[in-house]
Amino acid sequence: MAFSAATANFNPLNTPSLRSHDNHLVTSVSPSPFFGSTAKLRLSSSPKFNVHRRSGSVVAVSEAVKEKKPKSTPNLLITKEEGLELYEDMVLGRAFEDMCAQMYYRGKMFGFVHLYNGQEAVSTGFIKLLKQQDSVVSTYRDHVHALSKGVPARAVMSELFGKTTGCCRGQGGSMHMFSREHNLLGGFAFIGEGIPVATGAAFTSKYKREVLKEVDCDHVTLAFFGDGTCNNGQFYECLNMAALWKLPIVFVVENNLWAIGMSHLRSTSDPQIYKKGPAFGMPGVHVDGMDVLKVREVAKEAISRARRGEGPTLVECETYRFRGHSLADPDELRDPAEKSRYTARDPITALKKYIIESNLASEAELKAIDKKIDEVVEDAVEFADESPVPPRSQLLENVFADPKGFGIGPDGRYRCEDPKFTQGTAHV
Amino acid sequence: MLAISRQRILGQSFQKIRPAVPGLRSYSSAAKQITVREALNSALDEEMSADPKVFLMGEEVGEYQGAYKITKGLLEKYGPERVLDTPITEAGFTGIGVGAAYYGLKPVVEFMTFNFSMQAIDHIINSAAKSNYMSAGQISVPIVFRGPNGAAAGVGAQHSQCYAAWYASCPGLKVLSPYNSEDARGLLKAAIRDPDPVVFLENELLYGESYPVSDEVLDSSFCLPIGKAKIEREGKDVTITAFSKMVGYALKAAEILEKDGIYAEVINLRSIRPLDRSTINASVRKTNRLITVEEGFPQHGVGAEICASVVEESFAYLDAPVERIAGADVPMPYAANLERMAVPQVEDIVRAAKRACYRSVPLAATA
Repeated sequence: MAFSAATANFNPLNTPSLRSHDNHLVTSVSPSPFFGSTAKLRLSSSPKFNVHRRSGSVVAVSEAVKEKKPKSTPNLLITKEEGLELYEDMVLGRAFEDMCAQMYYRGKMFGFVHLYNGQEAVSTGFIKLLKQQDSVVSTYRDHVHALSKGVPARAVMSELFGKTTGCCRGQGGSMHMFSREHNLLGGFAFIGEGIPVATGAAFTSKYKREVLKEVDCDHVTLAFFGDGTCNNGQFYECLNMAALWKLPIVFVVENNLWAIGMSHLRSTSDPQIYKKGPAFGMPGVHVDGMDVLKVREVAKEAISRARRGEGPTLVECETYRFRGHSLADPDELRDPAEKSRYTARDPITALKKYIIESNLASEAELKAIDKKIDEVVEDAVEFADESPVPPRSQLLENVFADPKGFGIGPDGRYRCEDPKFTQGTAHV
Repeated sequence: MLAISRQRILGQSFQKIRPAVPGLRSYSSAAKQITVREALNSALDEEMSADPKVFLMGEEVGEYQGAYKITKGLLEKYGPERVLDTPITEAGFTGIGVGAAYYGLKPVVEFMTFNFSMQAIDHIINSAAKSNYMSAGQISVPIVFRGPNGAAAGVGAQHSQCYAAWYASCPGLKVLSPYNSEDARGLLKAAIRDPDPVVFLENELLYGESYPVSDEVLDSSFCLPIGKAKIEREGKDVTITAFSKMVGYALKAAEILEKDGIYAEVINLRSIRPLDRSTINASVRKTNRLITVEEGFPQHGVGAEICASVVEESFAYLDAPVERIAGADVPMPYAANLERMAVPQVEDIVRAAKRACYRSVPLAATA
């Protein structure tokens, strides 16, 4: 299923067909009552909006599924192992985030914590297709990206508790998860900040192949960001440069329709983000982000496109966060009807249903996975609880890779060479 | 205006000198003269040929040969994959440089002037400077941000700000500011080899100036240590600290002062962060008087930090209040005479030194 295939409404690379097909999509999103409450807009036009969006993209995939089904083996989309892997990853993400909420309200976690409940299909669908050397750049909603990429739950939980055994020794926190080993490049608090960094990582992959002559370097980078970021200048700067230099990157938009309390429809002149890809010369794809199998199909093609050297892709995943923007967000502006509509499309329930109905695995096996994940998360909490807080001497560490950057002390020698350098007060 | 005509003349002589440089390097002759521009160009050239991970990125660095001709000839030599002409997207390409540095490449990002770095300052501070700390040492960022800083000639308020104080206040960054060709070569080579993010503040008006350099400076492994100031001129009566163009002014002021029997010690800071507090304090303990000179805005400037440091560490040694000479507390005006008044001049330094030495000279007229 290449993106240059005949399903025109799935891949608007061919601009004339895009215009002809999306006219009926645009009419359902009338731009008029954008000032003030969007309640009317949501209630009146969103069902139509959703249906149209769904029919615009889901039709293509569901058609593909229907075509494949009557063939010999009934489960062509995933094998049993893959299915269980996807299920386990999504359940880990959900259980971990639920535990984070509990721990936050008990005071063990503090500061800004942004939970990923409801969006697991995007993380699992994309990241489980990557190799270890591929890199992922995320935003502040990065716990589940870290878990999917392979960072141990213990390390993430300790980091959130601010303990020294965390993946960043407690120095980063919820919004700044980094892992050199798993090539997770953060964890950025400013929206849009991760996109150029991801583009740079993709640039490095290309540079290594072409200038440093490491011919088998085909590392791909995924940049995850939200709908609010798509109005930010850096996003467009990087779409331009990634397409210009044909960088191996996939821009994944997790469009959950809300940027804290700002509805996507209220803040964006043209809410269909995937259309912005072709403006820069790359395919723009829209996919149902509540269905992990559909996300996975799209991800497979986008990632292999990048690996083949054909350049970037913009993938818009229509998804939803079940909780507020952060644990401090009262979440009063979102319509409960909208929330329940999306809760009915819970990706974990959907995958569970698919696995059982396709006879890939039994309910007992899935329950066993649930139990195993519960134990993993409990163990992570215990480990984090028992871990020590960072010692005082850690305050001044890791500022520089070359600690001579602290300068020269009164005795004329480099300050970092003084064995008592990191002790005492923070006066340097 | 004098500065510009001097630049043009030296620009022509620069073209004559350049082809002869490789030949001359092998002879141990008397001190050669090279311009700051040539020093920077040769430093970039040598570092790029020594390490294939070093690459340049910026507006007009390739086909235009550099907005100020610093990267002249490098595109032909290293190709478009290592000398990248970027679109006008400071935030975007700075972030791309940082992302590449996360993976061990060594980008040298050029800002046409550091005023434009304000569009990319989020990446310089948040994704470059803080990354080694946030990732607990897992991800270091060996990147260099370079470009002209501070006032030029008649370029107006938005092209004339000095950013030394802003960047130097941020932990995780190293901030360097060379004065002459030796500084330019040594510090740029050290910056490129350094595993941490370095902000390298040059000065447009110094690009065309030539200074004598020894053979040691011209050697391809020449490096200056980061964090060490240089005492350009020894003295015993008053310490004058300066960086970049103001070092030249301070040296001229020292010569004028010598005629009046005041022997000034001029310190070329070279490194704004980390600041070489021990050299400054040792000098103040010797002379007991301090004048700090800088071109930037006075409030929260580099001079303020030096004064605080000296008051904290060498208070008992001070015989006179510490004086800060800085640019005027106004956005840079355009008119030539106003611009001259908005930037420190040699007379201001001389007057301040005499005040510190308790010679009866009235304070300069303040705005």
